[in-house]
Amino acid sequence: MSIILDKVNYIYGQGTAYETYALKDINLEIKDGQFIGVIGHTGSGKSTLIQHLNGLLRATSGTIYYNGEDIYTEGYSMRALRSKVGLVFQYPEHQLFETTILDDVCFGPMNQGLDKNAAQLRAFEALHSVGIPEELFDQSPFDLSGGQKRRVAIAGVLAMKPEVLILDEPTAGLDPKGRDEILDQVAELHAKQHITVILVSHSMEDVAKYVERIIVMNQGSVMYDDTPKNVFRYYKELEQVGLAAPQVTYLMHELQEKGFPVSCDATTVEEAKQEILSVMRS
Amino acid sequence: MATMMVKARQLVHEYIRRDEEGNPIATQAALDHVDIDIEPGSFVAILGHNGSGKSTLAKHLNVLLSPTEGTLWVDGKDTSDMDNLWKIRQNTGMVFQNPDNQIIGSIVEEDVGFGPENIGVPTDEIWQRVEDSLRAVGMLKYRSHSPNKLSGGQKQRVAIAGVVAMQPKCIVLDEPTAMLDPNGRKEVLRTVHELNRKKGVTIILITHYMEEVTDADYIYVMDSGSVVMQGTPREIFSRVESLKAHRMDVPQITLLAHELKQAGLNLPDGILTREELIEALEKLQV
Repeated sequence: MSIILDKVNYIYGQGTAYETYALKDINLEIKDGQFIGVIGHTGSGKSTLIQHLNGLLRATSGTIYYNGEDIYTEGYSMRALRSKVGLVFQYPEHQLFETTILDDVCFGPMNQGLDKNAAQLRAFEALHSVGIPEELFDQSPFDLSGGQKRRVAIAGVLAMKPEVLILDEPTAGLDPKGRDEILDQVAELHAKQHITVILVSHSMEDVAKYVERIIVMNQGSVMYDDTPKNVFRYYKELEQVGLAAPQVTYLMHELQEKGFPVSCDATTVEEAKQEILSVMRS
Repeated sequence: MATMMVKARQLVHEYIRRDEEGNPIATQAALDHVDIDIEPGSFVAILGHNGSGKSTLAKHLNVLLSPTEGTLWVDGKDTSDMDNLWKIRQNTGMVFQNPDNQIIGSIVEEDVGFGPENIGVPTDEIWQRVEDSLRAVGMLKYRSHSPNKLSGGQKQRVAIAGVVAMQPKCIVLDEPTAMLDPNGRKEVLRTVHELNRKKGVTIILITHYMEEVTDADYIYVMDSGSVVMQGTPREIFSRVESLKAHRMDVPQITLLAHELKQAGLNLPDGILTREELIEALEKLQV
């Protein structure tokens, strides 16, 4: 069970003078249950890539397999694919529209053909899993805080029971606590319900803290695809393409240059702490 | 003493919620007796969680909102006096989160010239201002480009140039980097610091990224419409636990230093930069 992208290209304005590759020769396998981070500067192809995964964009050439089936074969149900691969856009709270929070979250499952009761059960479960208290369910989603609105919007996708959850910059514009809350809840969903999570982010610190695999996009191609530790070893190359490494990774490199016998692999505060403590105590 | 760029005394702003007939049903104080002093030429950061009142305060600074109670003076002018409205708006530029919502011209230089043109600046001077502003934000070579081909950081710098062309004394930036990639964030921050240093423009930066404010002269932390903490970055970030109680965070390096200290290393409070942490660790080694 996985998503496989085989030689996927996506070209804007093909055959015109403005022809540009938004995706170029992408070969990826996204295995079940992985927690993946996608990073890249603005315009590197991240959003184009994730919109291929649920069929919102159709590759100019190449093939995408979802659980072994070619999604471009005639008769393949894109509708079914879109309920299995849930996509949370940037600023998803702009898409809230119903009069109550519960109705808003019910919209997706009812669209899938569930009856009102079944949809509400799904909505209850989804709202619980993102930490929205029950006394708010009958309120208007527009009275909530920014972070809460966003969690309701994410619940709207979760209520469709996706096998793969894709989040496009879910923490942009949130305060630090709101940031941590959303990412902690996503991590918990991943751990408990074993759904595959793909997180698009501009925060290297967040990516380093949560994901097991990082895909680095640059100019429509995959530049690196590895564990955070291995990807952030290339911090100089990442800087050249508009990215960076987490602050602590820079710190470890600088400590090493100053003669501290530390390894430079730390990408999170916890790892850096353990490494520094073990060196300072020996 | 020089006039304060911004001076708020017991500033209150209440939002009124109304029912379907328009009768008020509840009031909510978005600003609750706020006192603030910002000196001309300084770089001040305002932190606070979503809904803490930061953006309401920002909107008061160029009179998009007026005080319910209390007084706010911007460059010595009372914002509740409508005769001051246009003078204050010219002197206080605003930059918002989404660059796409702030760019209206189809060519970069036309966009930057829109503000001065609107206030009747003579044509020759408009072009001079456009050139100076684009140079100040490092975007001069893109002057004849279309804004929609620019990266997020570049667009945001064009938006800043549009504000600079109005020659304001003060620029308020409300989460200008929230939508940008790491490089875009760096570009915008560098630009803002340069305007502050070279042109002496007062900068008021509202952000959720703690790393962006370690160089500020002074920080205000807001919660529930009130100023709950204020001080230099070092004073503020020494108080890791209080910040967390206000849904804030500290820069990653400060957090690491704090955790190392709790684990028993003898480090000073309020370490802000990698250099400071390395220096402190070197002292321990000796």
